[in-house]
Amino acid sequence: MNKIKLATVWLDGCSGCHMSFLDMDERLLELSSQFNLVYSPLVDFKDYPEMVDVALVEGAISSVEDEHKIQHIRKHTTLLVAMGDCAVTGNVPAMRNPFGPLPILERAYHENVSAQPQTPSVIVPALLEKVRPVHEFVSVDLYLPGCPPAADTFFTVITELLAGRIPDVASLTRFGA
Amino acid sequence: MSPAVDVKTLVIDGIDVSARADQTVLEVARENNIFIPTLCHLDGLSDVGACRLCLVEVKNSPKLFPACVLKVEEGMEVTTKSDRLLHYRQTILELLFAERNHVCSVCVTNNHCELQATAQSQGLTHVRLPYRSPRLGVDASNERFVADQNRCILCTRCVRVCDEIEGAHVWDVMGRGIDSMVITDLMQPWGESSCTRCGKCVNVCPTGALFDKTKVGSDHPKYPDFVPYLNMMREGR
Amino acid sequence: MTSEELLQIAEASTAEHEQFDFQLNVCMGTGCMSQHSDKVKAALTEEVAKSGKHCHVRQTGCMGLCAAGPLVLVEPTETRYGNVHEADAKELVDSLGGKPLERLETHLDKYFQGQQHIVLENSGHIDPEKIDEYIGRDGYQALMTALTQMDPQTVIEQISKSGLRGRGGGGYPTGLKWGMVAKAGKGQKYVICNGDEGDPGAFMDRSVLESDPQRVIEGMAIAAYAVGASKGYVYVRAEYPLAISRLTASLREARRRGFLGSNICGTTFAFDIEIRLGAGAFVCGEETALIASIEGQRGQPRPRPPYPAVSGLWGCPTLINNVETFANIAPILRNGPQWYSSIGTERSKGTKVFALTGKIANTGLVEIPMGMTLREIIFEIGGGIPNGHTFKAVQTGGPSGGCLPEEHLDLSVSYDALISAGSMMGSGGMIVMDDTSCMVNVARFFMEFCMTESCGKCVPCRAGTAQMFDLLTKICDGEATHADLDLLIDLCDVVKNTSLCGLGMTAPNPVLSTLRYFKHEYLEHIDNKYCRAGVCACAGKAPAKEEVTA
Repeated sequence: MNKIKLATVWLDGCSGCHMSFLDMDERLLELSSQFNLVYSPLVDFKDYPEMVDVALVEGAISSVEDEHKIQHIRKHTTLLVAMGDCAVTGNVPAMRNPFGPLPILERAYHENVSAQPQTPSVIVPALLEKVRPVHEFVSVDLYLPGCPPAADTFFTVITELLAGRIPDVASLTRFGA
Repeated sequence: MSPAVDVKTLVIDGIDVSARADQTVLEVARENNIFIPTLCHLDGLSDVGACRLCLVEVKNSPKLFPACVLKVEEGMEVTTKSDRLLHYRQTILELLFAERNHVCSVCVTNNHCELQATAQSQGLTHVRLPYRSPRLGVDASNERFVADQNRCILCTRCVRVCDEIEGAHVWDVMGRGIDSMVITDLMQPWGESSCTRCGKCVNVCPTGALFDKTKVGSDHPKYPDFVPYLNMMREGR
Repeated sequence: MTSEELLQIAEASTAEHEQFDFQLNVCMGTGCMSQHSDKVKAALTEEVAKSGKHCHVRQTGCMGLCAAGPLVLVEPTETRYGNVHEADAKELVDSLGGKPLERLETHLDKYFQGQQHIVLENSGHIDPEKIDEYIGRDGYQALMTALTQMDPQTVIEQISKSGLRGRGGGGYPTGLKWGMVAKAGKGQKYVICNGDEGDPGAFMDRSVLESDPQRVIEGMAIAAYAVGASKGYVYVRAEYPLAISRLTASLREARRRGFLGSNICGTTFAFDIEIRLGAGAFVCGEETALIASIEGQRGQPRPRPPYPAVSGLWGCPTLINNVETFANIAPILRNGPQWYSSIGTERSKGTKVFALTGKIANTGLVEIPMGMTLREIIFEIGGGIPNGHTFKAVQTGGPSGGCLPEEHLDLSVSYDALISAGSMMGSGGMIVMDDTSCMVNVARFFMEFCMTESCGKCVPCRAGTAQMFDLLTKICDGEATHADLDLLIDLCDVVKNTSLCGLGMTAPNPVLSTLRYFKHEYLEHIDNKYCRAGVCACAGKAPAKEEVTA
């Protein structure tokens, strides 16, 4: 049997979804017999593969880098899952939207810094005016709300996906769950 | 001798039910365990038909009717669930989520919120509409309670409970359309208003818009069931 | 007041005017007043005094052709002068009795000939503040007849037979509405006149209230008699100060002559009217919101049923009709329902007043028989599109209505024909647009209006109009995708079918009608970032010819 190529992606989120994913604990071993983790912050592959079967995307789109990445991922993924509230709604990262990016940078790089306060202009990608959920940039095949979605939710959803079925997400999780 | 009761029979979702003539379709549906989602309705308060979630189809009418104010009629055939109604209900919920800044994960009423629960019951897993992200205020001037406009859905339960049950009419709505806002007195800070600190508004608020300062984290269940009980006690008095 | 006394007043009024060789009627409607017609009147009065001519200068209400204001009508020669200024007074007075003053003549026979005046029959012919002039033109005969010779049921039958339908926009049969209120028990009832005219570009009701307020009072009194009400309210927008002052004066006059108060026309019928001012909320034109506003509540609608006919003002049965509807009542009773129903189409009887505005030569107020085609109204009465531009669309029904394109110009105006074409009669605003108007931008304008005028009570109208406005802005700015257009169409469906009151239910109409007839303009904005009218900020170029698909 061909193993499913699974990727997990970490955009603007707290990695809590990944932690919850890991919270599947020993069940992860059971599932991993059916997939190869081909790209993830949890493993060491540097490049996104040519084609991925399922990608779990954590985090909102906050910067030009996020935007670039998600476009690339969409192109090279069959089934894209928005994983967790940040990817689905914008969630906590989007709380800056009423104020815009400048006050956030001020707060982080000036107000809270004692030595040489300066806003980084190189290496760090520029912030977008508004933080937006993944589906405002690319089409999303499955939404998995929750902050984070529970380990049980991950287990059911991934089991279903591996069996080639689309799970009824609303019965499992919700915004903020 | 008991007074003559006018009984109507009608059909809700294919089920034959009977009702008193003065009952609404919502009341009768709930008595018969037929679930119709609501947000602005609260047992014991007057109905305003504002959230539009309880819209139902009535046979031979092209219009939809809010079940909370729809009086039963003899022979009426009501449908409370259809693809069309589900789509409308989901879109209305999407409109609410996109209207202000509802961040369930950091909300005091996370897991006790009627908006959140209703979204789940209607199978809403994401919001297609762009979030409007307005910049709104939080009023923490009251020594016991906080009003967070970011989480308000303008159901006006607070306005009604304060006026109809507490009799203080501290809460009201100002502004129009998308700029509407619940306010205390004539937009005085809550702490300086004529508020009696009874806390009824906080308990009937379906979301985390009104909450109790003394509760921490998301441990903030609400207990709105006191309203019909109070009404009952008053009528019996 | 007896019918003999009424006749005497009428004769006295006529005789008073007949002693003059000429009447100079100076329009003192808001339109002409803004062009200083009050100064023209003063100058004319002065010149008449100097000339020694036996001539009477008087203020009248609107003469219709607002574009050519200030207007002066000379009676009995029926010479119409436009753009009259103070400096023209001497020349004008000198010309009386001789050749008409060619320079100032309006020469717009077509404008006036195509019209049929019932509601406006006195506009421009009487001093709106003088009740005797109204009586001199058969005023209060209908009330006298109704009170002394008809029972309420007969009055309602007459109105039903006339086929009159509500002129506020909905087109509900007036007789039927009256009948419902009449049947609603024997307790306290109210009559309300809805003068909260809020559609952009509409000023029919204002004009009627300014030009012939007694007609509305008479209509209301007849209605009150028919339905059994003893108290009436006129709800007028505070933005209509002239209408309010004339109405206030007219109510006083009507009381003085005994048409309001107790023992009206020597009968036991008692009725009086109060004015209530609206604070400028469009939604207060919706009947339940209007009632809430009169009650002193926040002006927002409530679900119907119960309808006001059953439970209206302070929970009492309430008849609520529009200004123009009440203005039709007296002529119907005076001339009989058959006369009225002989005018108009099968299901839309009588005449309709339209406020003709936008890109049209003869801006102003017109009253036309139902069934006239849009082409006749726009190109004959209205004089067509000025400045060499071409017709693109006509918007009827205000923010609740729609835009009709050229292929619908031969549509004859009636409630049903307009609705089936995707627009509606509305209260009578008619905005003509030419090739300099972008239809997406027009839809956006009306959506912005609905968004800011939404009361905020129900979710779909409050949040839905805001979302639709944002999407339309995105399209106008050339930043939208096809997915945005699909979302807009979906929201139209949701807002239309789930909103609480008429404002929300009809708010999507301007979008739906422009999508129906001008979808190519939407697609040009999306695909080519191109605005053919050059109105929007999008920077794209015109699509190549073969790409254009309507």
